[in-house]
Amino acid sequence: MKSKPVLTILHRLAILAYVVFALFPLFWLLKVSVTPNDLLYSEGVRMWPSRTSFDHYAFVIAHSAFPTFFKNSLIVAGSTAVTVTILASLAGYALSRFNFKAKYWIVALMLITQMFPLVMLVAPIFKMLSPLGLTNSLTGLVIVYTAFNVPFATFLMQSFFDGIPKDLEEAAMIDGATQFVAFRQIILPLTLPGIAATLGFVFTAAWSELLFALMLISGNDSSTFPVGLLTFVSKFSVDFGQMMAAGVLALIPACLFFLLIQRYLVQGLTAGAVKG
Amino acid sequence: MASIDIQSIRKSFGAFPVLHGVDLTIQDGEFIVLVGPSGCGKSTLLRMIAGLERISGGDLLIGGQRMNDVPPAQRGIAMVFQSYALYPHMTVRQNMEFALQIARMPKAEIDKAVENAARILQLTPYLDRLPKALSGGQRQRVAIGRAIVRDPKVFLFDEPLSNLDAALRVATRIEIAQLKEAMPDRTMIYVTHDQVEAMTLASRIVVLARKGIAQVGTPLELYERPVDEFVAQFIGSPAMNLLAGEIIATGAETVVRLDGGGTARSAVPTQTSDMGRKVNIGVRPEDLLAVSGDGLFSGEVQIVEALGEVTQLYVARPGGGAHIIAKLPGIHPDLRHKTVTFGADPAKVHLFADGRSLLYR
Ligand SMILES: Nc1ncnc2c1ncn2[C@@H]1O[C@H](COP(=O)(O)OP(=O)(O)O)[C@@H](O)[C@H]1O
Ligand SMILES: [Mg+2]
Repeated sequence: MKSKPVLTILHRLAILAYVVFALFPLFWLLKVSVTPNDLLYSEGVRMWPSRTSFDHYAFVIAHSAFPTFFKNSLIVAGSTAVTVTILASLAGYALSRFNFKAKYWIVALMLITQMFPLVMLVAPIFKMLSPLGLTNSLTGLVIVYTAFNVPFATFLMQSFFDGIPKDLEEAAMIDGATQFVAFRQIILPLTLPGIAATLGFVFTAAWSELLFALMLISGNDSSTFPVGLLTFVSKFSVDFGQMMAAGVLALIPACLFFLLIQRYLVQGLTAGAVKG
Repeated sequence: MASIDIQSIRKSFGAFPVLHGVDLTIQDGEFIVLVGPSGCGKSTLLRMIAGLERISGGDLLIGGQRMNDVPPAQRGIAMVFQSYALYPHMTVRQNMEFALQIARMPKAEIDKAVENAARILQLTPYLDRLPKALSGGQRQRVAIGRAIVRDPKVFLFDEPLSNLDAALRVATRIEIAQLKEAMPDRTMIYVTHDQVEAMTLASRIVVLARKGIAQVGTPLELYERPVDEFVAQFIGSPAMNLLAGEIIATGAETVVRLDGGGTARSAVPTQTSDMGRKVNIGVRPEDLLAVSGDGLFSGEVQIVEALGEVTQLYVARPGGGAHIIAKLPGIHPDLRHKTVTFGADPAKVHLFADGRSLLYR
């Protein structure tokens, strides 16, 4: 079926409008980050400053605690993403393939954990982590983030495993593959899109989490970058230029990460497995 | 040795029984076709032989060895799935090599086996393609190729052709028949719901029904001497017509007065004690003949289906009820709304009492 040209054009325009709408704040971030301080308020609202400078970047990298925040965030988001994905893959596989008595209750329990507003949980979690020495520590953050992300990631992974026909594992069994070989050579390659999606989802969630990072951490040494951004807000002024420069820098790892996994995100890896 | 002994095998899913007590002995080199209504447990039985489904009770012997608890890979079987179950991220060659690599066969032998199978199945030009770049028929052949390279003693097929279109189905059916001929000592068990596949491929057909085996026999045995009304109506298409009546003469030939008014002669012998017994006679649509004078019944032809080589007539049943179907050779466009009398050769008239054939007792 050929679509009508008018419809195609409308369709493209709608997408364009959406992309502009979604990316405009990012553009503004970039714009402010390269605007010299003296032009920030003097030029009125302009799409691009008459003179650009990278001074804010230089300052943020050389003279602020930002590199520490950045490193902390990288550690926290990376560890959380990897831990959650491993746990969620195993749990998702079990939920997808095995029937066991407690399955219903485990699923219900996991859903219940998702029902509370996080603000409610901050105080009790602080109470729990404090005696364990896990406040003010990146490990504590990783544990909390992992706990909050595992349920959703498990459901995500389960749906990916559900998409892999059971026949494939049975065929592998008949071909003589052990459970482990079948998992590594058949299931894992087919689940890469799911793993990539889960990694990406958890990484960005942990990367930009503010509430717990703010409540559980005090002091610059173990702050993550969202908390660090707040240090650009002082009692008397907000240093927008530096804040935006830090924001742009913070986007880089997330972008790199998605560039890295995007080829696994393409669907259709299981095409051709079954039927004609 | 690839004989298969199925000894009172039972299967339940939880509390739900699917098969209760199946007994079957399959000789070396047989081509067994399993047929039966949907959901009667054909796939379940096949999967128990393959080792993909636990056996709830009874014994499974392959080549004289008890296999109940042996893992699938060590049973000497290969299975072709209805869904093909090709590994989608592997090329045709890798799909076929997989089992051999796991078995640590030397590379040279693997190549030889794969190339040989590819040649038999005309897959050589496609060896480096992914399954998604193949047509349905080619995928099916890869699935068969994956089974062949392992050189198993027993081939298991679960409705392998049901996803193909009609023309391809015929072509692949013939390929499977030739494959079997090329490997006379390999045993094949084949599940299908296609009458033609069952009749043409099988050395013996097993009809499954009501949680067990209804009848086992060569295709023609099942066609000519069905053990009960179920098998009689299941084998053959359209299904055998059943007409109720009462035995009025016994002996080497039996005479039945039909409730619809006619009289039927059957070559099935009966004893004097059978006099007056309520029976159903069974006549296949292709055995009904248009006759002048006395016959089994007369009725108005309500629907005519001209298929070219034959014409199927849907005839009003005397006394009401489902149509009686007759299949006459040739073309008969003029019979619609005519009242026709039908008869049949006594040798072709079956007798059933309480659902069981009077041939067997
Ligand atoms: N894994 C299972 N769990 C529960 N019931 C099942 C399962 N597999 C099959 N069944 C039931 O067993 C019966 C036989 O199924 P199956 O062997 O697939 O039938 P067929 O292949 O003859 O159509 C069906 O009623 C089906 O619902
Ligand atoms: Mg089936």
